[in-house]
Amino acid sequence: MSGRRVAVTGLGATTPLGGDAESSWSALLAGKSGVRLLEEEWAQELPVRIAAPAAVDPGDVLDRAAARRLDRATRLAAVAAREAWADAGAPDTDPVRLGVVVSSALGGVTSLLGAYDTLRAKGPRRVSPVTVPMLMLNGAAAHLAMTYGARAGAHAPASACASGAEAIGQAARMIRAGDADVVIAGGCEAAVHPLFLSAFAAMTALSGREDDPAAASRPFDRDRDGFVLGEGAGIVVLESAEHAERRGARVHAYLDGVGTTADAHHIAQPEPDGRDVARAIGLALAGAGLTPDDIVHVNAHATSTPHGDLAEAAALRQALGARAARVPVSGTKSATGHLLGGAGAVEAVFTVLALRDRLAPPTRTIEHLDEEVEGVLDIVREEPRPLPPGPAAALDDSFGFGGHNVVLAFRAAI
Amino acid sequence: MHTTDEILAAIAETVHEIAGPDIHEVQPDKSFADDLDADSLAMVEITVALEERLGVAISDAEAKNLVTVGDAVAWISAAQTGVAA
Repeated sequence: MSGRRVAVTGLGATTPLGGDAESSWSALLAGKSGVRLLEEEWAQELPVRIAAPAAVDPGDVLDRAAARRLDRATRLAAVAAREAWADAGAPDTDPVRLGVVVSSALGGVTSLLGAYDTLRAKGPRRVSPVTVPMLMLNGAAAHLAMTYGARAGAHAPASACASGAEAIGQAARMIRAGDADVVIAGGCEAAVHPLFLSAFAAMTALSGREDDPAAASRPFDRDRDGFVLGEGAGIVVLESAEHAERRGARVHAYLDGVGTTADAHHIAQPEPDGRDVARAIGLALAGAGLTPDDIVHVNAHATSTPHGDLAEAAALRQALGARAARVPVSGTKSATGHLLGGAGAVEAVFTVLALRDRLAPPTRTIEHLDEEVEGVLDIVREEPRPLPPGPAAALDDSFGFGGHNVVLAFRAAI
Repeated sequence: MHTTDEILAAIAETVHEIAGPDIHEVQPDKSFADDLDADSLAMVEITVALEERLGVAISDAEAKNLVTVGDAVAWISAAQTGVAA
């Protein structure tokens, strides 16, 4: 990737594992699970009653009057952004050089459905005047732009479950192109609602392992049977390396490569050979000036669906060659479930923390590694795996329904 | 029928709930927009909530004339007796 170098200077997350990035990361390394059986009354008639709700209700940690105008997904983004901004040291930036790129897969869908319930039950006069601002997909980006006075641009790329990663990639491109010096970027999702549990179940996309919810999301396991719907947000502060250096900011890592491609194959199935995912990996490596031998860790998209995990394994094998079998690969959705538009962003935070702490997190639920992955990928299983010291780089894969592929290549800051 | 004290208390709780200021800040001389952080969207929510709570109908045109908390107390008080209706 030509142009200016992009530093990661702030990290924030609120996930099924914890209310901030560090507690989520610690829980992930400790092998904890954020997945549970939904015992709530509204879930009892559903075909699947397993989900991974956010560990901390964002309404509990935001200003009440401000929060009531925000969809739950935007609330989660606001919590993660507050952490990331503070972590970056609240960079003093010219507002016209500060941007926001934050998105989700589905937008403010629980607000939309709640407003429709109100319309049906009480009539049009009772529909809230903040319904549209709450449901629009760009709601989180617009809210954060207002909160931080970011006027360089506020964007919300829509690429289903790749949205969070695509947002981070687009933010890096804004900085490289010289359109901004600092960008708040990431993804959020809050769709643990009967409609989406029913709709994903209708696609046979969800795991039905109700007898053991914490083991339901099992990337690369022989007996995986679908993903677990999760919610949360991940936000990073990206900054031109010169800007970060000038203000003496601590740099967590560099985002040196972004690869984006499309399968142009099927609305909900991956292209089985992983052809375009492999190309996205290749583009991220080339943009970063990396070779497969530089990669020490991969945070896989690995949602625990039968086809998706194999297509990704095939893609990693194609793009990394023999190196694929020697790189520790983690499927962190084993612990968090699938945060849809939040997934790629939370996993970007985990990828950066893996480089910082030199630990690849476990894929906690594997009992029998899929034999088609055996010998192809080196999956990190029960325990965190130490990563080598010295120069190192890691990949974060994210894919979305519709064939959107995004790969982010991070270099350690050392 | 609600007394003016009851109406003021209802407005204070509603404004606190929707726009955020402390209940004791919601006094008759305060402007919804200038003093109490209630923008036009919040005013729609506040109006609808007061209609439901106090059993009065406030038209959109009438709501635009309610600049201060005192205006709203007086209008709702009169509306209850049919004077303003």
